[in-house]
Amino acid sequence: MLKHRERVVLVYPELRRAARRNFVALGVVLAALIFLPFVRSQTDKPRSPAPTAPGLDGWGRPITPLAKDRKAAPAPPHDISGTWEQPDGSGNQILGAKAVPEDGKPEHRLPYTPLGMEALKRTKPGNGTRSALPAEANDPVYSCDPQGFPRVDLHELRTTQILQTPQNVTILYQYNRVWRVIWTDGRELPKDPEPRWFGYSVGKWVDDYTLVVETIGTDERTWLDRAGRPHSADLRVEERFHRLDHDHLELTVTIDDPKMYTKPWVALDKFVLELQPSSFDVREMICSPSEFEQYNSLIGNTASDKESH
Amino acid sequence: MRNKIAAISFAVVCLLAVSVPLFAHHGYAAYDTDRKVTLKGTVTRWIWSNPHCMIQLDVSDDSGHVVRWITETENPTTMTRNGWTDKSIKVGEQITVIVLPVKNGNPAGRILEVVLPSGEKLPGRVNPATQVKPDESANP
Repeated sequence: MLKHRERVVLVYPELRRAARRNFVALGVVLAALIFLPFVRSQTDKPRSPAPTAPGLDGWGRPITPLAKDRKAAPAPPHDISGTWEQPDGSGNQILGAKAVPEDGKPEHRLPYTPLGMEALKRTKPGNGTRSALPAEANDPVYSCDPQGFPRVDLHELRTTQILQTPQNVTILYQYNRVWRVIWTDGRELPKDPEPRWFGYSVGKWVDDYTLVVETIGTDERTWLDRAGRPHSADLRVEERFHRLDHDHLELTVTIDDPKMYTKPWVALDKFVLELQPSSFDVREMICSPSEFEQYNSLIGNTASDKESH
Repeated sequence: MRNKIAAISFAVVCLLAVSVPLFAHHGYAAYDTDRKVTLKGTVTRWIWSNPHCMIQLDVSDDSGHVVRWITETENPTTMTRNGWTDKSIKVGEQITVIVLPVKNGNPAGRILEVVLPSGEKLPGRVNPATQVKPDESANP
């Protein structure tokens, strides 16, 4: 801990020279370092929450949260259409799939097969207990590759619009303005399909309020989540969209990939989404290669350099 | 001599940083989450874009030595939830930026808070309701 602080003093050349020539001044620095732990102990209390604004939608209009005392009306049957998002405004799962984040806790360790463990070691995420420096991470989305499916559910799941016709359910995702179609017209999943980023999905209503979606045929280049959990072409995903009441939808996602995992595991467990006003305009959120390049040249590489400038 | 002492005083002020709760987001491995540095400077660039918004600012110490810092927040979608807009920061303005510095000593940091010339404060971190709990940190 102390070493870090000393190093910061010494990175500035004028400070280094001054420190060499002036013992009195150096004494001041050392005294500060000695007393620093006491200062810290006084100030380590959690900061009071920062003031937050309600936020603006894509049209620049304030987002109005649902009234707390609003009595939830019954859900309409066979209908999950609407604009949805997590009640606190963020579906971004920064440490990996929400139900099993990559946080080092034993209960979140996934049942990897030897092949799965090998594939995991090749992924270098920017977050979680295996996080790499920005310039060393190899997350495909850092080069603006599609999140693909199921990562659209397990990483950047932000404002989500669901449209329904008698033949299908279409989900419009905020991140990168991508969509996927879930066929509800009774068709079967394709046999041995050509892999694609968002796979092939069919859905069935198992009761008035629950749509169960099966997806196969996903692209192996995608990660399951931000923590770099791998999958194979044999991946099979089940999504359960359960409409609790008029204003709330729960999403449960189960991963089944016998090549990578010894048993199926739940990646999202009753993840709650809240209905937004029908006038809600979704903000644009695009991964742009040129913006990413700008980011890396300005800060990503600066933060990752081994040597001080 | 006065300048040297002033320079060291500046460093001491920077070092008398309080600890902040650990949290993690894109690229946190690069940041020293145990320290906090207060920068007062002139905005030279303001970039409101993905993946993260950035403020570049020139920071002078008492000896007149100018260091150009680059600081980042999060993406515009998240920042609008913290009260920011694309017009929150203006090039040429004198602002105060409190950051987690990078571990390698380069003049780069992750914004914890910005104090505008009007005194208004903009929280740089994620909405507290959505922030990661300390035990989920990338840097335990």
